[in-house]
Amino acid sequence: MINILETHNVIKDYAGHKALKNISINVPKGSIFGLLGPNGAGKTTLIRIINQITMPDSGQVLLNGEPIAEKHRSLIGYLPEERGLYRKMKVGEQCIYLAQLKGMSRKEAVQKLKYWFEKFEIIGWWDKKVEELSKGMAQKIQFIVTVLHEPELLILDEPFSGFDPINTNLIKEEIMRLNANGTTIIFSTHNMASVEEICQDIALINNAEKILSGKVRDIKNDYKTNEYQVEFFGHMLTFTNALWTGAELLDSIELEKEHYTARVKLKNNSSINDLLTSILPHVEVHGLKEVLPSMNDIFIQAVSDPNINATIN
Amino acid sequence: MNKIWLVIKREYLTRVKKKSFIIMTLLGPLLMAGVIALISYLGMTDSSPQNILVVDEMAPIFDNLENGENYTFSYIDGVSLEDAQDMFKDSDYTSILYIPSNIDKSDRAILYFKSQPSGRTVRSIENKVEKIVEQMKLAKYNIDPNDYAKIRTNFNITSYKYNENGKAEKVMEEKTVVGFFFGILIYMFIFMYGVQVMKGVIEEKTSRIIEVIITSVKPFQLMMGKILGIALVAITQFMLWVILMAAFVSVAQGVIMDNKQEAMMEQVQNMQQMQGMQSGEVKLENAENPFDLTDPDNLLNRIDWPLMIGLFIFYFLGGYLLYAALFATIGAAVDNETDSQQFMLPVTIPLIAAYAISAMMIENPESPAAFWGSIIPLTSPIVMMVRVSMGIESSAYWELGLSMILLVLGFLATTWLAAKIYRVGILMYGKKVNYKELWKWLRYH
Repeated sequence: MINILETHNVIKDYAGHKALKNISINVPKGSIFGLLGPNGAGKTTLIRIINQITMPDSGQVLLNGEPIAEKHRSLIGYLPEERGLYRKMKVGEQCIYLAQLKGMSRKEAVQKLKYWFEKFEIIGWWDKKVEELSKGMAQKIQFIVTVLHEPELLILDEPFSGFDPINTNLIKEEIMRLNANGTTIIFSTHNMASVEEICQDIALINNAEKILSGKVRDIKNDYKTNEYQVEFFGHMLTFTNALWTGAELLDSIELEKEHYTARVKLKNNSSINDLLTSILPHVEVHGLKEVLPSMNDIFIQAVSDPNINATIN
Repeated sequence: MNKIWLVIKREYLTRVKKKSFIIMTLLGPLLMAGVIALISYLGMTDSSPQNILVVDEMAPIFDNLENGENYTFSYIDGVSLEDAQDMFKDSDYTSILYIPSNIDKSDRAILYFKSQPSGRTVRSIENKVEKIVEQMKLAKYNIDPNDYAKIRTNFNITSYKYNENGKAEKVMEEKTVVGFFFGILIYMFIFMYGVQVMKGVIEEKTSRIIEVIITSVKPFQLMMGKILGIALVAITQFMLWVILMAAFVSVAQGVIMDNKQEAMMEQVQNMQQMQGMQSGEVKLENAENPFDLTDPDNLLNRIDWPLMIGLFIFYFLGGYLLYAALFATIGAAVDNETDSQQFMLPVTIPLIAAYAISAMMIENPESPAAFWGSIIPLTSPIVMMVRVSMGIESSAYWELGLSMILLVLGFLATTWLAAKIYRVGILMYGKKVNYKELWKWLRYH
């Protein structure tokens, strides 16, 4: 698979404080990539390096296989976590200015802005000053400005912080649509649950170091603990007795009378079929599914285990 | 390069379109003219007319003092100074003029007052008493008043500076005043527009738009665009002021000066008559008419305007660029304007020093402070203007050249320095910044 973005051994030092230690990530073209990690891990520093806001002390950043240079600025759209607009400037004028800075002509900018303003039904804001807009309104404008020049790579730093649920959905839909049309998207967030369903690839950063990266599916498989959730009708005691040494009951919840869900961990290479065979004669099975660890669980496990510092391919 | 233009355009247009800019541009010249008129008006006129009680120990010699424009003399027969002082507090008199019996020897009278009379009133009273004392003395020594008028001399020195071309040139302290005016103008513009640069940077930082913009332009481009855009605003304002002032002056000359000139001419004639009465042929040679622009000796004609305006633009731009970079640095280092105070001080001190040196130069134009002040880039934009206005000799051209080169180097240096700090500072939020921190930023790469 072709990578739109690669970083190789990127190091950044801020006068004694290490902001990034040897970060290498690969972002496949057309993917939705999650850059995950707690606050202060170094995500924003890495994004700033990709955006040529700061320079790395060493290491390389490649965009479409070339070392990043001035001409790449217009290929990237960046929605920073700390975002704002000139408060005293009119909305339309400001959008045109920001579009021109990205290299668009005035005519082209106006034309595309009209399209987006109509789409979001905000054409009436054109001549308003930004200070007259609410926070949610301003965020819509910021999103438009970010995607207006049709970047190949869209970098969104904590995109949903501060958005209300309606706007979050609206923006999410637009992002998915852009991705379907070929735009690669990098999500940077500390809220891992919010992106694990939409990201195909992730990199996990903690304390300036990359601790995990790869396909979400592969990572989850690697971290799976062979836990299954069984929903059944019958007696709990019968269920417990049915389990053999290859399976361990972790916990159970009584949903209603003689209706339970139980979490079972399989050991010694036992398979899910072994489990089914052993319990089927005793209880009425209504559901069985594998419990995959959440990104949050994986993060906590990866951070607490000093030996794990691996790339899963 | 194209992006710098976009930034310059935005910085320029948003400011020029502001209501405050338009109002300031229109009202500025009127305000300045108004303040000057007000000051001279207040300085010239007495607040209230004076009613002066004359205590004359030489009575009746001084019993017939002529009343003046803004004061009247009153007399009480045989009143002593003590009596007059006793009743003074509750009386309508505003002053007591005490003429002692030995006035022909001491040449001194004493004025007690409740509210201070203007200098002009005092001088006018002095003249009147002086005339009578003179007559007293003439009578005493038996001198013919006509002889006295012939002898009486009004002596002056007119100094000429001999320059290297062998031409004599009238030395005029007023020229320094013109230079000082230009210096103050530069001082004002650097401050006003330097602070605007700082505010602009702080605005971008606090509104967080900076993060969006520097993905499109380099921090240096953004900083330079802002500084140059605001410089254009300053030049626009200056040009508009010059045009408005010229229009204002010509209109005012047409309307007011006609009357005033007549009044002036009358006054000059009166003075000549007065003096002629006393001195016969001595004319009032020094009474220059400041409104007569055809007089080659007129102050306004003795100034080398093209040179002054050329240098003004050079030193204004140089000084502004130098300081604007420093102001931009301050803006980048702080989160809001209240935090900027601690960094403002070191930037303000050289400006104020330059102002102080210039003020001092009116008295002593060739001090070492003036020399060094006109060479060092932090003060030269203001101090050199004053020096040049006094006329600079060709032997000192190297000083002017050095000063100009150093100013260019100076602003290149501050801009380089500012760019380094600016780049880091604009992305730092919520951090209390001190000088140690700034030093650290300087060494980032």
